[in-house]
Order: sequence, then C-alpha cells, then structure tokens
Amino acid sequence: MLQAIGVSSLQEIFDRQIPEGVRLRRDLALAPGRGEQDVYEHLSQLASRNVSCEQEISFLGAGMYDHYVPAVIDMLTERSEFLTPYTPYQPEISQGGLQVMFEYQTAISELTALPVSNASTYEGPSAVAAAGYLAKLHNQRARFVVSAGLHPHSIQTLRTYAHGYGMEVVEVGLTDGLTDPDAWAAAIDEHTSAAIFAQPNFYGAVEDAAALSAAAKMSPGGEGAQPPVVICQVDPIALGVLAPPGDCGVDVAVGEGQPLGNRLDFGGPSFGMFAAREEFLRRMPGRIAGQTVDADGRRGFVLTLQTREQHIRREKATSNICTAQALNALAGVVYLSWLGRRGLVEMGELLLARTHYARERLAGIDGVAKLHEQPVVREFAVRIDADVAAVRARCLEQGVNPGVDLQAITGRPEDRGGLLVALTERRSRADIDRLAELISAAVAAERPAAVPA
Amino acid sequence: MSAVQDNQVHADPGIDAQRIIPREAGQDPAAAPAGSRPGVPAGGEGPAGQSPLQRQAATTIFQKGAPGRRAFQCPERDVPAVDPEQLLPSHLRRSVPARLPEVSEPEIVRHYVGLSKRNFDLDSGFYPLGSCTMKHNPRLHERAAALPGHARLHPLQDAERCQGALELMWNLQQALAEISGLPHVSLQPSAGSHGELAGVLLSRAYHEDRGQTRRKVLTPDTAHGTNPATVTMAGLEVVKVATGPHGGVDIDDLRAKADEDVACLMLTNPNTLGLFDPSIAQIAEIVHGVGATLYYDGANLNAVMGLSRPGDMGFDIVHFNLHKSFTQPHGGGGPGSGPIAVSERIAPFLPVPVLTRAQDGTFALEEHPDGPGSRSIGRLRGFQGNYGCFVRAYAYICSLGGDGLRDASETAVLNANYLLARLREHPVAEHLPLAYGELCMHEFVLSGGPMKRALGIRTLDLAKRLLDFGFHPPTVYFPLLVDEALMVEPTETETKETLDSFADAVAAVLAEAAEDPAIAIGAPYSTPVRRLDEVAAAKNPVIRESLH
Repeated sequence: MLQAIGVSSLQEIFDRQIPEGVRLRRDLALAPGRGEQDVYEHLSQLASRNVSCEQEISFLGAGMYDHYVPAVIDMLTERSEFLTPYTPYQPEISQGGLQVMFEYQTAISELTALPVSNASTYEGPSAVAAAGYLAKLHNQRARFVVSAGLHPHSIQTLRTYAHGYGMEVVEVGLTDGLTDPDAWAAAIDEHTSAAIFAQPNFYGAVEDAAALSAAAKMSPGGEGAQPPVVICQVDPIALGVLAPPGDCGVDVAVGEGQPLGNRLDFGGPSFGMFAAREEFLRRMPGRIAGQTVDADGRRGFVLTLQTREQHIRREKATSNICTAQALNALAGVVYLSWLGRRGLVEMGELLLARTHYARERLAGIDGVAKLHEQPVVREFAVRIDADVAAVRARCLEQGVNPGVDLQAITGRPEDRGGLLVALTERRSRADIDRLAELISAAVAAERPAAVPA
Repeated sequence: MSAVQDNQVHADPGIDAQRIIPREAGQDPAAAPAGSRPGVPAGGEGPAGQSPLQRQAATTIFQKGAPGRRAFQCPERDVPAVDPEQLLPSHLRRSVPARLPEVSEPEIVRHYVGLSKRNFDLDSGFYPLGSCTMKHNPRLHERAAALPGHARLHPLQDAERCQGALELMWNLQQALAEISGLPHVSLQPSAGSHGELAGVLLSRAYHEDRGQTRRKVLTPDTAHGTNPATVTMAGLEVVKVATGPHGGVDIDDLRAKADEDVACLMLTNPNTLGLFDPSIAQIAEIVHGVGATLYYDGANLNAVMGLSRPGDMGFDIVHFNLHKSFTQPHGGGGPGSGPIAVSERIAPFLPVPVLTRAQDGTFALEEHPDGPGSRSIGRLRGFQGNYGCFVRAYAYICSLGGDGLRDASETAVLNANYLLARLREHPVAEHLPLAYGELCMHEFVLSGGPMKRALGIRTLDLAKRLLDFGFHPPTVYFPLLVDEALMVEPTETETKETLDSFADAVAAVLAEAAEDPAIAIGAPYSTPVRRLDEVAAAKNPVIRESLH
C-alpha cells in the first residue's frame, strides 16, 4: 500500500502533513487495549454498581418512565439494516429508513392531532427550545411566557437557548396545581413570541389545554393582532386519554418520546417529538420524509423540504440539527403499532385508574397530603410532613424507590416536602400497596416529634 | 487546480437529483442481456426485469392490519373502579382515539423486517461517506449497553445508587480530555451540532464575562453546514473566511477579518478537504491575538487520535462525535452524542449538571458546582446526555486503548491515501482529479468537473451508478467550493481488497460512461426503487399517510 501511495513509510504521510510543533510526541495516557471478554466484564461490573428498575420497585418519573419495552423492538433496532446506516442521503438504498420516518410522522401526527411532524429531534427539553426558536423565526418578538408547570429541565434549556438568540423568558406561577389563568393571560402581550405549557404539567396535573390556548390567543394586542405561538410539551402516553393538542388550539406540540418504546438508558438516547400546524411546516427543524415517485412511477420516499436545513441553507437554516434520533423514532413507531389503536387507550385508562388509586392510598396516610386536587394521568405529587430525603431513604432500604424529591429537581422553596410519584403499567396494585405501607411507616418514624394528644 | 471552480452547485441537491429519466432509459441500460452487467438484475417475467424488491409496492403499516387486531395485552385493572368523570372530566378527554395501526405481532415483524431489506447498511457493504466516519460498529457495545444496569437505569436515580454509571461517565470524560488535550469535559450535548451550539454559547459567555459583546464568528468556506447554522442560532453573525490555494485557511483573509468583534473561529482540522492545515499555529496566534476563542469541529477527529491534539494546536473548545470517531452506530440518522472538551478559561461556563468526584472517590452530578460550571451557560437538554452512547464509546476506548486509537487513526489515513492512490491511476485521474493537495489525511475530495465535461455524466450519476455495484457512494456536492465534489472517507476498518474493489468499480463506471453515458444517467437499476423525484416531493409535500 505504501508503494502505491509513493511513500517510504506511514510516518512520511504524517511528516509531510502535520507540522512538527503540533504532533503528539508521546503515547496517549490511556489504559492499554483489552480483549472483548475483559471489556464486557468491566462494563458489566460498572452496571452491577447501579440500581436499575430491574432491582427495585421504582416510582421514579419526572420525564422518563419505566414502561415495558417489547422484545420485538429489541429485535428490530438491533437489525444491522436499521442500526448501522447513516442518515439517508441516498434515498434509493434507504427506502426502509425513509418509510419508517414517514410512518413515524404519521403516527405522531395522529397522536397529537396536528397535521405535520418532523422525523424526530434530540429529546424533550431541547425540543421545547427548538419550538421556541421556531416561534422566534415566525414572529421576531422578544419574550417567551412559560408556565411554571413546564418541566424544569425544559425551562432551563429554553433559557440557555433563549439567551443565545436574545430573548427573555418569563415564568407564570401555578395556583391549585395548575397554571394560574389570570397570571397567564396577564403575562401574554403583543411582545410575546410564544406561550408554553406542559400537559400534564410537571406536578402531574392535567391542565385545561384548550382554555390556556384560547387565553393566549385572546390576550395580546386586541382584534386582528397576530397571537403568539402556543407550544405544549406533551407526554405521549397520556395522549391515549387526554384531548390532543391539535384539538385544543395548540400550534406546536413537542415532547419526550422515551415512554414510547425506548429504554431509560440513564437519560438517553431517546427522541423528541415535534409536530405543528401546517403554517409552520417550512420553519420546522430537522429531517422530514416525504412521499414521491421514482423514474418508473413506483411509490418512494425522500428527505424533503431540505431548503430549511443546515447543509443547504447554512446560516439561514431554520435549525442547526443534523444527526437526530432515527433509531429511537423507529422504536417509537413500532411501539405505537404494537400498542395499537385500542392499546394506547387501554394503557391510558389503566394508568388513570392506578394513579388515582395510588394517590388516594398515599393521601390517606397520616402526614401525607395531595399537593393539588387536579386530575392526574400517570404521575402525582404529594406533600410529606417529614424530611423527604429521610423518608425516601427508608423506602429505598426496603427495595422501593418512592419517586422524585420535588425540591431537589425544581429548586423551588415551595416544593419542599414534595414527592413526585410516577406509574407505568409495570407497577401493579400490589406494588402501590407496598409503597403506601413503606411511606406510612417511614413518615411515622420521621415526622417531627408527633403532635401531643 | 483546474478542477476547482466557483461553486456552481444548485442551492438544493434535490434539484440535482431530479433529472428524471424517460421511462425507456430506465430499462435495460445496454444492449447486453440483463444480468450480464454488474448490478443490472436478471429479468424475471415482470416488466423490464424488475427484481422482487422492485415489484413490491411500498405499503405503510397504516395500510395493513384490520380492526381489532393487536399485539399488546393490557394488564388487568387491579384497582377499584371509579367514575370515569371523577378520574378525568370529559372536557379534558380525548373523544376520538388516535388512528394508530391495528396489527398483530407477526404483521409488525414482517412489515419492519421487510422495510429493513430496503436499506443499505454498513454491515452489508463499503460506506465511504466523507465526513461521516462509517467505521465498523462492534456488537460488544450493543450487548454492554443493553445490560439492565445500564439500560433500565432511571436518570434521576440517587447518586449513591448509580455510582457505576457516574464512574463510567467520569472515565469517558478523562479519556476524551486526554485525546483532545483539553482538561474539562461535558458529555451533555446530544450530537455534533448540539456540541457546536454549546461551544458558541460558551464562547459568548466567556466574552460576556469579560464585559465584551462580540458579534462575529469566523467560519471557513469549507465548513460543515452546521457551523454557520449554529452561529445564527446562538445569535451571532457568520463571517466567511476564504480557502487558500493549498486548501487551508487563507491567512491574509483571516488576518483581514480577525478583529476585536470576533468571538470565535470555528475550524475543522483536518478540514473537509481532508487536509491538515499547515498554518494551524499561525491561525491560533491570529485568533488569540484579537482575544477570540478557537473552536474545533471534531467531525474529522478520526484522522488524528493519538497523533495530534486540538488542545495542543491551540483550540479552546472541541466537540466529539461519538457516533463517528467512537463507533456509536448511526442508526440511520441518530442517535448521536456530541460531548465537548474545553480549556481552563472556558471551564467556568460549562453546562450543568457537572459531574464531580469527591475526596473519597464518590461521584455526583452537581447543578450548582464550584469550579467548572460555576458560571454555567445552563442546561442544553434534559438529564445528563445520551448515556447509552457513552457506554458504547467507552467500551470502544477500553477495547482499543491509547495505542489502538492511534493505530485506528493511522490506518484510517493509510487507507484513505491508498484509495486516493488507486483513484489517481489512469483512467480515473483524468476524470476525477484530486481537488487539493497531494496526500490526504483520513478523507479526500475529488472533483467530477472533468468527468462531466469529457463524459457527460455528473458526480450524482456516478454516485447513483455505484449503487448498482453494491457500494454506498461517497458524500457528493460537498464541500461547496469544489466543482462536482466527491468526498471519500474509507475509515480504518476496511480491507485493502474492499478499497481495490471500490476503485475498480469507479473505473468501471467511467469506462462504461465513455461508451454510453446514458447508463450512469439512468442509474440505479437494481435498487428497490430507482431515481426519485425530489422536486415533486418538495413542491407538493406529502409527509404523512392519509387515513380514511
């Protein structure tokens, strides 16, 4: 090979190209390479030092949920033909992946009742920020109004991005667990680029999405004024039973796709949903697959509307996203097919019933109260009259992870004592009863000196 | 450098792609009987010798199944019944179910396995897609990432109950710091362009912290499209820097544009022409001289691992593409992962949470850290990044070690130069000359300009005809400053035999075109579908199945 190249050594190739001053003159200080079995052993040992949902009864949620991932998803996502290609730049040999994107877009469009979906973005919170950028491009206004019920990671991510593109983020507080309707309406004016809320909200409560959208659209500038873009972060599983954003006046629906057939993976990779009304199609971020025909008239699929994208439009692109989450979106559409039309509804009804049961069980414990009375689908918050960390520790010792310490994640003083409890179809009534027993015992033990009789 | 001309490429490659061939041309491309040419299928009884895959009409999962069919069995409702109105008032309820498919598990399996067969993939053949580093994906990584201790670990698990995961992240951070020569790492960004956004925001924060508002970011005209798109998203302004006659940054142009309003220069090195910039030290001096930072787009890191480090070249911020250099499988368009490494002066602004290690060796994720991240730009996404990708990249680094990583880069460069040498033989060289330079790093860019003029076929036609030979074509029409560009990156995991067979295929396509250019212009013939009408797709977008 060297002879063909016309050099006397491999070194010569580098000597002729890399300037002397920037060559690394030593070996990388990394451990020597190891055989496959040794590496497996090492990674397996690291895995064994984590407590996964396999090893405890977990009520952790707050954005990612321990749903069962059907075996058929593992089988399909491990297939070389889906696992190892690059982005489908050559459509003639990428029809499988492109059709998956087309099907995925159809499924997300159906789920959200919005006509257009892209082929995925990274994940939930950055999808919220990407939706914010879409709004900025759409109306060039200065401010985002966000509900405090939006996931804290979404608010933080939006703030990071918004600082970049020069916008302000204003937070509207909650009343009785819901976005305060008066404060919401008052905060939205003719400078509001987008009004953003979550459904269900971070505290588990089901918002009146239609009312929030209507208020946002009524609010600014009076008759004839262009309303802000209404953005809603949704939990896709909850959409089996909740009125979909498209039916509630929402313009852009985004969300964390993990609950749809993606494993937890300590936070990623998963995918971000991104669906919108037709008028936003040409401002959407990311890949979009479209239908067309080939030279012989066969139905086929291509990446389309690419004049939105960075590789064509460069600094004028509607987003910088390139690699997204195609394999995770495949898992998403396979999962929705596996659940099916009825299954998604049944799943939602089951979660409604079990979550209601769990909330009543916990709220019945002395020293535990509901954080709000609003309807909940799959997650709810309670306030514990004891140190949450200590209560959690007692439950953990007994093999039950009772949920997320609210204040630890939101940092809000008013969330002190809050516990966010999430359910999936894997948490049975027996698991819920066990949780209630443990919390009851833990609260009794940890309560500040019991009130004297 | 006659091959290099001003960019004459259409704004949308889709426009190149849509030279729709008359029906007849799509049939047997030459007088030779079908099957006697590589890639042209032997005819069945169908029209024009269609292959079984071509006969199969594309049918979506939404067009399959029947009412009532299903795969999922819902667990029984084991809690007391409650009035539905009490659970969820009807005005908040969905009135019509989402029209999802109604299919059984066997139908799902057959449908998606069928679709998989309509994909070309890295495990099936050579994939020399420039700037994408399509190296082999070891299956150990999939097995390790699927261990429940990794795969079913909740991202909000208490720190003391996920020490294994945090240690893995720590070790990966340390390794990336060593490879890049920059001490502080954040694994959080989700992909390369997300890492770029982090980088530009970091650069901005650094200047703001010093009381400066700098508005401009310099990017070479050879830069990946993500660079300028990122700059705009970060609220800054792109200023293009020209490429000099040798393919590196035009130093005079850089000097003219580098001023006190420049926040940052974004550079890929080796650049997208596959050339290591010989003036890198001077570039760093000029950029740092005006107080700006230097950002390294790590898409081409596979050329220099263990050989040269961005930190030693003077870069302040680097992003890595774990889905390129570190073998995270690309998944047909993701997932990826785009960690960043930064110098001391940038560290205070790193995204949160920051991974820390206490005196006693325990790890934690800090939202409000001291030291790195203490004046953070904030969060870029939920949780702590694409951990599943970290497991795979870390497994790769453990398998190769320092020497192995250097071997990988050396072999990648050797393979690229060998393939380049094979393509510089007669008769390919006359038609597809190397755009710049003599040698290359891990990839190289040819110009199809002479081929177009002499043979009447374009780079796109060559690419489409290569599909019939069983190869994924190189990247086409990028970088933009090369006429009819063809960007080839073979990677280190390909054998000499594969490189030879690819070079032979390119020569065969050119020889065939010399006889009859219509063959390439009508290609491909053997793929599940033939050339697709991209303009029609964009003009009248149909982006979902219509359901009735």
